[in-house]
Amino acid sequence: MKEKPLVQGRRDFIKIGTLAGTGLLVGVHLPNCSRHVEASHVSSENGVNMLAPNAWIRIRSDDTVTVMVNHSELGQGITTALPMIVAEELEADWSKIKVEIAPVEEVYKNPAFNTQMTASSTSVYTSWDILRKAGAMARETLISAAARAWKVPPSECYAQNGAVIHKPSQRSFRFGELVDKTAGIPVPEDVYLKKPEEFKIIGKRIPRLDTKIKTDGSAKFGIDIKLPEMLVAVVVHPPVFGGKVKSVDSQNTRKMKGIRDVVAIDAGIAVVADTFWQARLASDALQIEWEENENSKLNSDALFERWDEMAKSEGKTQYEIGDVDDFFGTDGKTHQAMYRIPYQGHATPEPMNCTAHVRDKDCEIWAPTQHQDAAQEVAARITGFDYEAIKVHTTFVGGGFGRRISVEYVVEAVQISKILKKPIKVIWTREEDTRNDRIRPATCNFMEAAIDSNGLPVAWRHRIVGADVFGQMLPKLIPSIMPYWVPRFLRNGLSGIGESLLPRVVPGKKAIKGAAPLQYNIANVRAEFINDDPGIPIGYWRSVSAFSNAFAVECFLDELAAESGEDPFDYRDRLLTNSPRMREVMKLAADKAGWKEKPPAGVHRGLAIHRFHDTDLCFVAEVSIHSRHEIRVHRVVCAVNCGIVINPKTIESQMESAVAFGLTSTLKSAITIRDGKIEQSNFDDYPILRIDEMPKVEVYTVQDTRSPTSIGEAGVPVIAPAVANAVFAATGIRVRKLPILPDDIKNT
Amino acid sequence: MVKIRVNGINYQLDVDPDTPLLWVLTEQLGLTGTKYSCGISECGSCTVHIDGEAELSCGISLGEVAGKDVVTIEGLKGRIADALRQAWIEEDVPQCGYCQSGQIMTAATLLKHNSDPSDDAIDGAMSDVLCRCGSYQGIRQAIHLAAGRKVS
Repeated sequence: MKEKPLVQGRRDFIKIGTLAGTGLLVGVHLPNCSRHVEASHVSSENGVNMLAPNAWIRIRSDDTVTVMVNHSELGQGITTALPMIVAEELEADWSKIKVEIAPVEEVYKNPAFNTQMTASSTSVYTSWDILRKAGAMARETLISAAARAWKVPPSECYAQNGAVIHKPSQRSFRFGELVDKTAGIPVPEDVYLKKPEEFKIIGKRIPRLDTKIKTDGSAKFGIDIKLPEMLVAVVVHPPVFGGKVKSVDSQNTRKMKGIRDVVAIDAGIAVVADTFWQARLASDALQIEWEENENSKLNSDALFERWDEMAKSEGKTQYEIGDVDDFFGTDGKTHQAMYRIPYQGHATPEPMNCTAHVRDKDCEIWAPTQHQDAAQEVAARITGFDYEAIKVHTTFVGGGFGRRISVEYVVEAVQISKILKKPIKVIWTREEDTRNDRIRPATCNFMEAAIDSNGLPVAWRHRIVGADVFGQMLPKLIPSIMPYWVPRFLRNGLSGIGESLLPRVVPGKKAIKGAAPLQYNIANVRAEFINDDPGIPIGYWRSVSAFSNAFAVECFLDELAAESGEDPFDYRDRLLTNSPRMREVMKLAADKAGWKEKPPAGVHRGLAIHRFHDTDLCFVAEVSIHSRHEIRVHRVVCAVNCGIVINPKTIESQMESAVAFGLTSTLKSAITIRDGKIEQSNFDDYPILRIDEMPKVEVYTVQDTRSPTSIGEAGVPVIAPAVANAVFAATGIRVRKLPILPDDIKNT
Repeated sequence: MVKIRVNGINYQLDVDPDTPLLWVLTEQLGLTGTKYSCGISECGSCTVHIDGEAELSCGISLGEVAGKDVVTIEGLKGRIADALRQAWIEEDVPQCGYCQSGQIMTAATLLKHNSDPSDDAIDGAMSDVLCRCGSYQGIRQAIHLAAGRKVS
């Protein structure tokens, strides 16, 4: 195989060459990429030749077009959305599109983090330019190949629906027919990208590509992996955060049927058996003594009391415009409130699991993960192998919600497999999954506003007390974020420094997401953060801090509207003078909800707005209160501006999903800590929303031609304040905590 | 040895009869479409049909289904099943998809007993099957769609 770089030093790095006379070698690479991805090529498999015009596209002589997707399918529809972007520019026949989840490669890193990770609703907007260009370059390559074969100028040819057509003669080649005709074709550097009005696929309600296999049981999730000679492990984790094993008696366990071994790993004690159920039963027979641990004094009620107290002192300013100090402590009118948001769990339907096979010189991993580079990195550390020797297969993921960004389950499977030299599948029981979750941080939010003579806030202070996810998580991400060329000793060294330094330096900036900047035109705003990390394992959770901050902001703003005796919509409208886009979104939601009309008897409305990344949203929630103060949410009207809509159905599904996910936290569940343990363990004590509690959700999008923005998490922060504000409208009671339970409104 | 009939095939299994049916299906028979999620009969992901009725396979032992007819998502066939799958595809119901076997198995017995269920009837029958992604609105629509087609 010969290859030579054609163009270097530009934005893309293109390689072209020939492979044993079968065709073309072309690769679109991002800068600084060279680790795994060789220049792509035409290869042959079972008589089907394949053209890989770049890292993202595989065109086969059977006319199929496979799109490499560098993100995990968590249910958000990314394995449909990203292929739609490619197919649009490629002019592919949508019925011939197939999808493959990309392996761990430099070119497949998420540019938002420099690590292959599905997180923070970044998949579409980081892929938009790259995939459009990849599709367009492949299109132009195919057009050039066809033109050469016909001996006509490429300008007389165009691509359409999986074929290249010569306009004057109406001759055509299907893409598959062109695979072998591309040898030596130069890949164009500057390609035409379509204008939104030319889109044929983007903006259409294209059915998801993964639906059929999710209706007949054939979709393979991590938990479904089965390998020859594979054993299954159940890991018993310490009951108290950070606990260590003092002694273990596994005599009875080892006598039980199917048990192959009991091994100590970093996380706890692993019981390894032929089947999960044998391991699960035998794990109950373990007698483990755990070391005494300071964390056993941790108690979430006490933490809230401590944070209430801490909120009385000034925090570290993370954002400021104007000077709020001029307005507080004076004679002017002020309003204050404290909002308390509890810990939340992920409750992914598929519990944490991973299958690993550590062999003499290499290691393979099958995982439902959101973070492929981290899976590879932890395996490299445990095995001592180079990255090249560690292959990560991403399965379908039974719910992510941020939980699978950290990879404890991979560590466990690799450690056990390394010890036993067999393929090992680790499955957490639901109870282990709930109690060893990396939960969404709890916070206390002290809100204060100074009100001018028009009833509007002239100064706004939001003081957040709690722990910042990034303080705990960034040190874990560091080794995966470093470029691949960083040698192991340096990688470990820098990670070590990061682990001791970052938790002290990092907290703050991300903890105020959703708290500032505000969309409202308030002259003096300050967001403060008081960092108090008690050591409870916390992690990313669908929208993370935006959820708690938006709840405090949008409820508190509603309080100010009520203080001023004004309609919550009109009050916000007066404050959105500098945010026309948000104003339009809010008006759309209000119009569709009939905000200005009287709701049906017994129904009360609440409204909330939020900007998540660059997506503007407004929800109107309709609630009614029933006997024993039961709160029912009947209808939620969602208005969204997320730029160009790739697939309207995905936006609707993600809004419905955000409403359902958020309502569990709004009306049903919380994680509480007692004696250093998570008190909840399963869906009986951490109930999630049921179908009979699901409101009717209506979704309206604003047409916009700016590049697509975020959608997966964007709706989650909006639902809780919209419902809480509706509960206030219904009862006159301002509930400043979550979840809002019947007891909170019993005095109505 | 326990005799069991799954998706029309007879098996003789040398498995502890106390083992939950869920783990027999997934680990012994390789029928992984039935999903473990809670293990305590709280979430419905593991719903299968036993003698034609929806049951939670995590809460019933192999011994208890000896001699009975078990159908999993892989073996779900017939007019109702076809109508449901088609409706599920048209309404693009699944998101992560993990609970959807349980949803479809439960919906199938609902339609068997009620050929034209109201929203309330759907909510009543389906409320034991949890979907963390919140695909509930699509489930309601898909069941209505399937009900209409199956009758016509």
